Amino acid sequence: MKPCYIISSSSISAQETFEQVPFLQNVHPLENNISKARYPKFADYISRGALRRMAIGSKMGVLTAQMALEKAALTNPDAIITGTGMGCIEHSEKFLSALHENEEQFLTPTSFIQSTHNTVGAQIALSLKCNGYNVTYTHGSNSFESALVDTQLTLHEGAQTVLTGAIDELGTEFIQNTHYKNKALSFSEGAHFFVMSARKNSTSYAKLTAISCEQTITLNNFETYTKAFLAKHQLSVATIDAVILGSFEGDENAYVTKMTNSLFPHNLQLNYKHLCGQFDTASAFGFWAGTEILRTQNIPKALIAKGRVSGAIKTLLIYNQHNGKNHSFIVLQSC
Amino acid sequence: MSQSVAITGIGIISSIGNNFDETVASLQASRHGIGTIQHINTRHKDHIKVGEVPHTNHELAELLQLPTTTSYSRTTLLGLIAAQEAIISATLTSEEISRLGLISATSVGGMDITEQQYPFENMAAKTEELLRQHPAGDGTNKIAKHIGIEGFTTTISTACSSSANAIMLGARMIKAGQLDRVIVGGTDALSKFTINGFNSLMILSDAHCKPFDNLRKGLNLGEGAAYLVLESATTATKRQQSILGYLKGYGNANDAFHQTASSADGEGAFLAMKKALEVAQLQPSDIDYINAHGTATQNNDASESAALQRIFKDALPVFSSTKPFTGHTLAAAGAVEAVFSVAALQNNLVFPNLNFDTPMEESGIQPNLQLTTKPLQNILSNSFGFGGNCSSLIVSKNL
Repeated sequence: MKPCYIISSSSISAQETFEQVPFLQNVHPLENNISKARYPKFADYISRGALRRMAIGSKMGVLTAQMALEKAALTNPDAIITGTGMGCIEHSEKFLSALHENEEQFLTPTSFIQSTHNTVGAQIALSLKCNGYNVTYTHGSNSFESALVDTQLTLHEGAQTVLTGAIDELGTEFIQNTHYKNKALSFSEGAHFFVMSARKNSTSYAKLTAISCEQTITLNNFETYTKAFLAKHQLSVATIDAVILGSFEGDENAYVTKMTNSLFPHNLQLNYKHLCGQFDTASAFGFWAGTEILRTQNIPKALIAKGRVSGAIKTLLIYNQHNGKNHSFIVLQSC
Repeated sequence: MSQSVAITGIGIISSIGNNFDETVASLQASRHGIGTIQHINTRHKDHIKVGEVPHTNHELAELLQLPTTTSYSRTTLLGLIAAQEAIISATLTSEEISRLGLISATSVGGMDITEQQYPFENMAAKTEELLRQHPAGDGTNKIAKHIGIEGFTTTISTACSSSANAIMLGARMIKAGQLDRVIVGGTDALSKFTINGFNSLMILSDAHCKPFDNLRKGLNLGEGAAYLVLESATTATKRQQSILGYLKGYGNANDAFHQTASSADGEGAFLAMKKALEVAQLQPSDIDYINAHGTATQNNDASESAALQRIFKDALPVFSSTKPFTGHTLAAAGAVEAVFSVAALQNNLVFPNLNFDTPMEESGIQPNLQLTTKPLQNILSNSFGFGGNCSSLIVSKNL
């Protein structure tokens, strides 16, 4: 597979990532349980008429998509590929609530229509009048990675540009009432969009060199697998300038420990979830941070878990997993 | 040189059969599965007709030989049954199974469970556990675990075109050499959420749906699951596995017209079919039969007719919608109808478009009304969803 060049991006998260400020210099601690993203003034960018029906995920997704396209000076990408773990949970909850309270009567369709997982991808296509390939991945913590795999494939097949992104919103009822007690990290939300190009040009600042996803890897086989993945792309442990891991204190995991203690003990190790919080597509924040590191050649202190920065930053490895399954490995490089 | 994509495994469950053989028998007998809803207590039960799988969740779990305490989402149970059948029919070793990719699709996910647990206040631990099944990816993870799949696994959710997109991704990954073999398809169960959602849009019919008919008044919801095993023609031939057909063409385009309605000229559908023909390197005249999306809504059938006429002009091949058999199985529809297309190819049969009386004023096109024997080489299958997501597949008998 040829590399995919990143030519622009946009992020809305619990940190100041949307604004034009120095990359993660001024970071804020997350709330104890639930941290909303820092919302821009959406009405400054999207018409109030359009905003009226949009849940927060749609607003964040449509805006970051818009910004990424503007920064890339692109009006119509060849494809729109998105990922979301929980989909449009706000509207799902609204419709469930109305269904329950009204005992299946007098229901209006708006929330049902807006609850389908592909809503954000569809809204973006609609606003751009983009007839290109359009798909939404909904595979938990690998939703964004799945979108990247398809992006790589789509560019490989001949597309010139792909708009790729991921969105997750908090909602209210699931998050407040369900399995989010006794957790070590705040739940949050966010949207991240990237314009990816088949060709390198003066505006590309990073490249997706490789991505691999596996449902299951045995712990015994994990080191062999990782090294083989790197070797396949002419890389080795020594050539990785930093590993980016979605782990956090209280999230002990044997696979992450293999990464930090066995595979990359002497490499620079970065964490990001303490900044963006926990949500299915949080790895898009990690990916975004990686592209910003390559673009600025600067690693904010807030990201550093272990090790020191030394010299130019050329090659990053991003590793993600969930409960020891749904592994993904991404190589990001400067270009 | 890119690989040809062979179909080497097949599995399906719907209101017309628990497996592929039962399904084919029903199609051949023009025996539909539409009736009054049995397993969901909804206010609308006497005002709609549905294509419901005639088993309780308990019975589905028994079919799978799962422990009696299993409380899986119905979406997952249906998916497990169809995926299991597909894997068995592909005659793979356990090592080959572990290396499979899995690309599934759903729109309902675990909503059938979630809606029963709602409202969520004062939740017990058991309820929390059940709600973990809500997200679309959970069922896919359970299918992977049950079957023993360890490779690339993902879930697609693009409303009614979901499983067509899953099949398309699988074919593309094989052609690009990223996967040797993959199981692709989708699953959706009936739920109060979707029944009420479609009802609020006023597109459900209280009678048997009449695709392409001038007096059509809406769709019948259905449920089901279907999966295909795809592999490169080379590996299929090498292991002497019988090939059921080839995934020759595919196309995905967005209508970009409206969140739920399709454009009058069917632009998204037109582009999807055009792309599928290009990928297959076929002319419209090479298509022998079209399994239409044909939901029997005013809007879809008009839009799809317009698109069909734009592609095929005066030479529209024989076509039918099989949704009067199964109902509209939402995310599973693309895969269910791909399985029907394989059945059609194997038997050289064009299935009837049931319940049809009068051609629609908008186009005057007439679907196939009787079960018809006809030599078939290439079948086009359409799936169009909310969000303007349009996907078309071409299934072929030969390379």
